[in-house]
Amino acid sequence: MRLAVRELRRKPLRFAVAGTALFILTMLLLFLGGLLDGLYSGSTGVLRSQSAQLVVFSADARSSLIRSRIDPAERATIEAVPGVERTDGLGVALVGAEVPGETNLADAVVVGYQSATASIPAPPAPGEAYADRSLERHGVKVGQTIGMGPQRVPVTIVGWVTDANFLLQSGVWVEPATWRQVLGSSRPDSNLSDGTFQSLLVTTAPGANPNDVATAIDDATGGKTDTLTRADAVLALPGLKEQNSTFTSIIGVTLFVAGLVIALFFALLTLERTGLYAVLKAIGASTRQIFEGVVLQAVVVATISFLFGATLVYLVAPLLSRALPFQLEPVRTVVTFVGLLVMSVLGSAISLRRVVKVDPASAIS
Amino acid sequence: MPAPENPESDDPVDEVSAAGSSVADSSTEQAPAEESPVEESPTDHKTAALEMRGIRKVYQSGDAEVVALDHATVTVAADEILALVGPSGSGKSTLLSIAGGLLSPSEGTVVVGGEEVTQYTHKELTSFRRNSIGFVFQSVNLVPFLTARENLLVVSEFGGRDKKTARARADLLLGELGLGGRLGNLPGQLSGGERQRVAIGRALMNEPELVLIDEPTSALDTKLGEQVMELIVNEVKGRRTAAVIVTHDKRMTHYADRTVEILDGHLAA
Repeated sequence: MRLAVRELRRKPLRFAVAGTALFILTMLLLFLGGLLDGLYSGSTGVLRSQSAQLVVFSADARSSLIRSRIDPAERATIEAVPGVERTDGLGVALVGAEVPGETNLADAVVVGYQSATASIPAPPAPGEAYADRSLERHGVKVGQTIGMGPQRVPVTIVGWVTDANFLLQSGVWVEPATWRQVLGSSRPDSNLSDGTFQSLLVTTAPGANPNDVATAIDDATGGKTDTLTRADAVLALPGLKEQNSTFTSIIGVTLFVAGLVIALFFALLTLERTGLYAVLKAIGASTRQIFEGVVLQAVVVATISFLFGATLVYLVAPLLSRALPFQLEPVRTVVTFVGLLVMSVLGSAISLRRVVKVDPASAIS
Repeated sequence: MPAPENPESDDPVDEVSAAGSSVADSSTEQAPAEESPVEESPTDHKTAALEMRGIRKVYQSGDAEVVALDHATVTVAADEILALVGPSGSGKSTLLSIAGGLLSPSEGTVVVGGEEVTQYTHKELTSFRRNSIGFVFQSVNLVPFLTARENLLVVSEFGGRDKKTARARADLLLGELGLGGRLGNLPGQLSGGERQRVAIGRALMNEPELVLIDEPTSALDTKLGEQVMELIVNEVKGRRTAAVIVTHDKRMTHYADRTVEILDGHLAA
């Protein structure tokens, strides 16, 4: 082990090629991960910020908030289902927001809601809104009145919320009447009567099984509703699964390439060191001691490359997040690091066969 | 430098037999203790550093068999220096490799320091080499990124020995070898002779029963070669350790207590 560390310290340039490749791959992995997380959180904030266990859609809406309608009669039926503790209406309207002093419209989603959640305060007064902080990039300020939708329905921003967006549009959270007004002005065919929401958030009673309650709700409405758990409702958002699987595949391939780089580099290095390993074996080093040194070197090179790569990505992350749906999560960073470590161990393990095959007798010939 | 006198040159354990011949029983025909130049216990006299009996080594080359060693029998006493000379391909390196546990013989037995190692597993052979054998390789083969001191310490690190003791021994050895001021130098910063001396120190680091030295002067000029040989003899004799020196340079054989020739896998006294 000490031998391996000394080589790393005294001959760092020997590992520069692998280190540079892993540094670039680390940046690529974190960039892809940041994009995936940014896209995911930018698309799902409205549902993730809720605390209710279930989301009820109309059956013909195919789990789409925009297509779904739950009227007061259905809501009353749902509230009567055993295991339902409370319900809250939820609706969205995807509109452009006119910000004073800005030439371009900001993409926004007006969210009509009824109750506070862990991250969203209780609904403000009519004509007021809590805005997602992403609107700051579009020049929105607290106290400012912005115009929502084609009729520029005025909404005054009274505070900020975070991670509260939907389908990559910035959340503007309002009480239900203001939402209905904006929705009706942007899509006259979508005028909703008072009490009607696009979906219903259902909080289940303590001890109730949310899946059982979901089935009971759909039975009680005679199949007019489609009730999903909140996690399933998030995944049912258009394109989300495909987006996740595409990025996850690319990240997986990139990690594989990292493993391949490590495997090839250390295979070559082991080949180059065959003579040295023969001498070390001759003077009493075991295959295990030599192999542990190879793995240690791979892990150290991967760790140092990761630290440099991650530092650079964290430094440029604020710039990236202004232009792209980029969000670097600590969990993503840790998972990427662990993935790289695993690939460094697996990659270097390819050299084991060659280390085993080194014949100490070749030191004397 | 004159060749050192071997006080046990008449000892039957010094006998080298050609293929198939027998070796006298060292336990019954040991030289008297009073004839020894140093104080030794009777056990020291009885235990030869190396006994190789009827060693045969056969390699497969396609369908053909290549006999590298043919029933070679040799014994090296506990503080004896044996020179093994022979042309290229004669089996010198094979013999050295088998003696040092780098190769296993096809037939025969190998006993080092009274311990039969013939049937040792790879793992046991590794441990045996680590604890009982010192090697000086033809091309020195120091670890290029380790200092002179670290090249010695690496031996004790593989064996998990006490660091402080190992460091003291490394410094002592290098001091004796005239490298006290070069402890922190990398091999690239040392001359050829200095590198050879570090290699000798490394071979002695684990206090071996037997030191195996492969062509120690092949890369050195005559003067430097003689200096290195003197150093080897002094260090090995000073520690009452046995050594086998493989060389093709017959000018160097007078440094050994005894010379054995090897030709086509056969040993001749």
